Amino acid sequence: MKKYIIPSIRLTLVLIVLLCILYPISIALAGKFAKGKGGGEKIVKKGKTVGYAMLGQSFTKPEYFWGRPSAVAYNAAGSAGSNKGPSNPDYLKEVQSRIDTLLKYNPGLKKSDIPADMVTASGSGLDPNISEQGAAIQIARVAKARKIDEKKVKELVAMNTLKPLMGLFGPSSVNVLKLNLALDNL
Amino acid sequence: MNTELIGIIATFLLTLIIAIPLGKYLAKVFAGEKVWTDFLKPLENGIYKLSGINVKEQMNWKQQLKALLTINLLWLVYGFFVLIFQDKLPFNPDGNPGMTPDLAFNTIISFVANCNLQHYSGESGVSYLTQQFVLMFLQFVSAATGIAAAVVLFKAFRDKTATQLGNFWEFFVKSITRLLLPLSVIVALILTFNGTPASYEGKDQFISVQGDTVNVSRGPAAQMIAIKHLGTNGGGYFGANSAHPFENPSYLTNMVEVIAQTIIPIAMIIAFGYFIRRRKLAWTIFGVMTIGLFMLMIPTLSSELGGNPAIAKMGISQATGAMEGKEVRLGPAATAYWSTLTTVISTGSVNGMHDSTMPLTGLWQLLAMMINAIYGGCGVGLLNYFVYLIIAVFISGLMVGRTPEFLGHKVEAREIKIAALITLLSPFLILAGTAIASYVFTNHGNAAWAVQPKAWLNNPGFHGFSEMLYEVTSSNANNGSGFEGLGDNNIFWNVLTGVIIFLGRFLPIIGPVAIAGLLAGKKFIPESAGTLKTDTKTFALMTFAVILVLNALSYFPALALGPLAEYFTMLK
Repeated sequence: MKKYIIPSIRLTLVLIVLLCILYPISIALAGKFAKGKGGGEKIVKKGKTVGYAMLGQSFTKPEYFWGRPSAVAYNAAGSAGSNKGPSNPDYLKEVQSRIDTLLKYNPGLKKSDIPADMVTASGSGLDPNISEQGAAIQIARVAKARKIDEKKVKELVAMNTLKPLMGLFGPSSVNVLKLNLALDNL
Repeated sequence: MNTELIGIIATFLLTLIIAIPLGKYLAKVFAGEKVWTDFLKPLENGIYKLSGINVKEQMNWKQQLKALLTINLLWLVYGFFVLIFQDKLPFNPDGNPGMTPDLAFNTIISFVANCNLQHYSGESGVSYLTQQFVLMFLQFVSAATGIAAAVVLFKAFRDKTATQLGNFWEFFVKSITRLLLPLSVIVALILTFNGTPASYEGKDQFISVQGDTVNVSRGPAAQMIAIKHLGTNGGGYFGANSAHPFENPSYLTNMVEVIAQTIIPIAMIIAFGYFIRRRKLAWTIFGVMTIGLFMLMIPTLSSELGGNPAIAKMGISQATGAMEGKEVRLGPAATAYWSTLTTVISTGSVNGMHDSTMPLTGLWQLLAMMINAIYGGCGVGLLNYFVYLIIAVFISGLMVGRTPEFLGHKVEAREIKIAALITLLSPFLILAGTAIASYVFTNHGNAAWAVQPKAWLNNPGFHGFSEMLYEVTSSNANNGSGFEGLGDNNIFWNVLTGVIIFLGRFLPIIGPVAIAGLLAGKKFIPESAGTLKTDTKTFALMTFAVILVLNALSYFPALALGPLAEYFTMLK
C-alpha cells in the first residue's frame, strides 16, 4: 500500500482545489445573476425584508390565509418534518385537533371539504404553499375578517395560484406569503 | 389522467432518454475511444502530473483494490479531524460547534462510503468549510470510487483472458472530469437559477408579516445538491434534505434532481454492455432491474395515493394522497416515485419524510434497500448485481448438471465462496444490527447516552421497530435515508451504523472485483452448444428468482414484525 500513499495525498490535494474551490466558487459567481443573487429570493415590503418567497412563515390571524401545520414552527434555521408514523395515536389526536381548529375558525366549513395538506405537517416544516382547496376553504373567513367582498379574495387566490409545470406536470399550489401580501396591498 | 401521474411518467421517460446515450458515451470514455469531451485531456494530464501518477502503468485486480483502499483510508483520516475541529477552522459563519468523536466517526465513514447517513443537521451541525471541503468533496470522490471499481469489472470481461485491468487512477479521475463534474455544473446552475442558494452568505434574519423574528440558514447549497444526486450520495445541505424549499424549490427542480440520481446507475449498465461488446446482456440486466423497479414502485404509488386510512376515518378528503411529511409543490405522486428510486438506488436523499409514509410504503422502501441491486448506487449497483449473477450461474449450473461458466470463464469454488459470503453479509449485518438495537432498547432503556435508549423511538409499537430496522438496513445498503424520528445521535447508533456502513461498503466492492479479477485470469472457453447463456430470458428469470428468494427468505420475519404488522393493525 505504501506505493499508493504519496499519489493519494497529491491527488486529494489537486482534487480539493478543483472540486472544493474552483467548482463551487464558479457556481456562486454565476448565482449573482440569479434571483436573490444566489442567496435566496427575498420579498421586500417598504424597504424591509418580510420573508423569502420559497420559505413558508407562520400565519395565525383570521385575516390571513394560514399555511400548513409545521413540526418546527416555521424555523428556517432548523428544518424538519414531524416524522410521526401513520398509526401513531398521539399524532392522530393532533390531526383531530387541527380539524377542530379549522372548523371553529371557519364557520360553515364542512369536514369533508378539508384537504389533507391543511391538517398534516409538511416534510420541511417550511412548506410555502397550500393546495387550491386549502385556500378555497379559507376565503369566507378572510373576507369576513377584512370586511371585503369574497369575490375579490377569490380573484387574489386565483392570481396567486401556480399552475402545474407547463400545464402538464405536477400539482398546482398557492403561495401563502405572496397571497397574504397581496391582501395587505388591497 | 391527472398531472401528478403525467409528471412522474414524463420524469421516467426523460431519465431513459438521457441515461442510454450517456451509457454509450461512458463505454467509449473508459475504453479510451474518441469522444467529444476529449478537450478535457489536458486537464486530466495536468492532474496526473501534479499527483505523480503514471496512467500507463497497468494494474491487476489486487493492485486496483490496494490503490482504492489507500486513498479511501486517507479520506477517512483527513475528514475525521476536520469534523472534530471545524469550530476552530475558518468558514464557519454560523458558529457551529465541532463534532463529538463518535458523531465524527459516523459522519466521515458515512460520506466516504457514499452512504450519507446523517446524524447531524446541516443547519446547526457543520460549518461551510466542512460542507464543501469534506462532505461535498467526498460526494464526488466516493461516487468516482464506485464507478472506477465497476470499470475494473468492465475490463475483466472485455478480453478473453486478462490479468492487467487498466489503471485505477485513470478510471477514478475520468469519472470526475468526464462525468461527475460537468454534469454537476449543469445541475447546480439549473438549481441556482430556480431559487436554491449558492452564495457564501451566512445566516439571515427578518421580521415576518405577523411580527415573528425568523432566522434563515443559507449557504452554498446548489453546488452540493447537484453532486449529492449525480453521485447517488443523498446527504442534504439542510436538515430536511430535498423536502426543504431551498434544496428543491419547484416541481422542475424536483424532476431534475430525481433524474440526476437515476441516470448514472442506468448508464453504467448500458456502458457495461457496450464496453464488453455484449449489448444483449446489458439489456437483459436492465430489463430485470426495471421490472423489479416497477414491482416496488406501483404498490408504493397505490399505498401513498390512497392516503392514510386513519385520517380518512376522521372525514378528511385526501384527494391527492397522504400529505404528512410531504410538500404541496411536489405532491404525493412525485414523493412516492422519488421514495422508490432513492431506495433502489443508494442515494437516500428524500423529498418527503419516509417515517411518515404508509406502512406498506415503508415495506417497499426497506425491501428496495435490502435487494440494493436494482440500478443501485454509482458503480456499486452493478457490482452488487454481479454477485447475484454469479449465484444464479452457480445454481443454474447445479440444476442442469454442468460446470458453471460466466462469459467464457469457469466459475469455481473460490469465486462461489466469495459470492456466497458477500450475499450472506447483508442479512447478517441487518438482522444482527437490528437485534442488538432492539435488545438495548428493551433491556437498557436508561443507559446514560446522549439520547437514552427508551427515548430513541418517535413512534410507539410496530412502527418504532421499523425505525430501528430502517436505520440499520439503510446503513448496510449505504443508502443514507432514514426514518428520521429515530434519536440517532448518540454513541450507540453512531458506532453501530458506522461499523455497518464500513463493512457494507468495502466488502461488497472487494468481493465482486476479486471474483471478476479471478475469472478474467482464467483460460477462455469458447461458446458451444453446452454453454449456459446469460443473456436469455430464461436466465433473466432465473436471476430474478434468485434475487427474490434470497431476500424473501432473509428478511421476511423482520419485515413481518415492522411494516407488515403495522399495516394489519391499521386495517382494523
